[in-house]
Amino acid sequence: MAITVSMTVNGAAVSGEVEARTLLVQYLRDHLGLTGTHVGCDTSQCGACVIHVNGAAVKSCTMLAAQAEGATVVTIEGVADGATLHPMQEAFRDNHGLQCGFCTPGMVMSAIDMVTRHPNPDEALIRRELEGNLCRCTGYHNIVKSIAAGAKAMAS
Amino acid sequence: MIPQQPNVRVRILGIQWTRVCREMKPPPFKYIAAGSIEDATSALADNGGDAKVLAGGQSLVPMLNFRLLAPAVLVDINRVPGLDVVEENADGLAVGALARHHQLQTSPPVGARYPVLAAAIGHVGHLAIRNRGTIGGSLAHADPAAELPLIARLLDAEIVVIGAAGPRIIAARDFFLGAHTTALEADEIITRIDLPALPPGTGWGFEEVTRRAGDFALVAVAATVSMADGQVTQARIALAGVGESPARASAAESVLSGQALEDDAIDAASQSARDAVRPSTDLHASADYRRHLVGVLTGRVLNAAWRRTVREAS
Repeated sequence: MAITVSMTVNGAAVSGEVEARTLLVQYLRDHLGLTGTHVGCDTSQCGACVIHVNGAAVKSCTMLAAQAEGATVVTIEGVADGATLHPMQEAFRDNHGLQCGFCTPGMVMSAIDMVTRHPNPDEALIRRELEGNLCRCTGYHNIVKSIAAGAKAMAS
Repeated sequence: MIPQQPNVRVRILGIQWTRVCREMKPPPFKYIAAGSIEDATSALADNGGDAKVLAGGQSLVPMLNFRLLAPAVLVDINRVPGLDVVEENADGLAVGALARHHQLQTSPPVGARYPVLAAAIGHVGHLAIRNRGTIGGSLAHADPAAELPLIARLLDAEIVVIGAAGPRIIAARDFFLGAHTTALEADEIITRIDLPALPPGTGWGFEEVTRRAGDFALVAVAATVSMADGQVTQARIALAGVGESPARASAAESVLSGQALEDDAIDAASQSARDAVRPSTDLHASADYRRHLVGVLTGRVLNAAWRRTVREAS
């Protein structure tokens, strides 16, 4: 069954015909070519596919594209300001917050959402809030450092 | 404007490869976006048991991705207006079925009147899951180790459902029939969950043990304890992860009734709760370990409830 979906992705109005069973992450990656959002597990375990839908962090592998009809979606491609990285992206670079990089888009999107809700997170809060994002390089220590630095940069 | 890329073409080893983007994780289904409760119930009735309700989708969509389910029709209720309202009334709290976990956890009446519910929600999945998942979806999914069915049993929630034959109210004790099995008929959806008010000064506790943060519980235990004149007037203890459905530890509740809430009574109740359960062994934990956890966690939640009643009474 084909349906038409329309939404705003990274500030641009997009619309397309998709099969009803298309996951939001498949729509972003396969139809829009926005391959920054990764698919790790398909089952909400790993957090590689975290994006923002109407301002809240969600896992795009467990949401249908159809459910994002009319929504405002932001992916990792939409957080930088032109050639200037988002302060959280910059903090990940400065603090060696990525190794293989597979989890990084989801980490950054979760981190931005976290700092939006908690502008001044301490280490314990950062670690607790990262419960839904897995890094199989186990590089958590520098990810936590990156988020703390990113939070400071976002505040200034 | 972002370009549409239905297919991806790449050249490898001098050969033009086209990856046709038609690989789909979920099986095919017909999608119906219900605009009202009537739309939803008639779509369910029309499809005679071969339709599924899509609320937050945090259990349903992974199951579709795994192809554990292949419903002919998905009835999406996310656009039904008013289904997510959380409202205080004289009897307690009326929670719309579509209230998202995070919305409920951070809602002021829940924090003020049902802190045990807010504490339990904190253990549901991860934040990004709690931003989508709904209370109605969690109850209808009826996982044996899930937190919200446990709290529904603890608080004696009443589950308001509607189907082609009209609305009815199902007590939580009659709602959960087994693992992933409820009293809902194929054409019925949950519209509201009514939580009865707790007596002032009711203490509470919630504890669970999981292998990893956000997993379903190996064992979860929740309790509320109401006191008058230094004696327990009502103790409620609910357990999840030790049977097909969440259950009340009624023998342990009786042990506490009329007693002063002290170490001896708490030990006796914990022992009683542990002796009454018949958990099973699986990949995640042995029956013995689960039984041990029931005793330990029951002690912890009753101690927490004791501290909280004392604090609120003083």
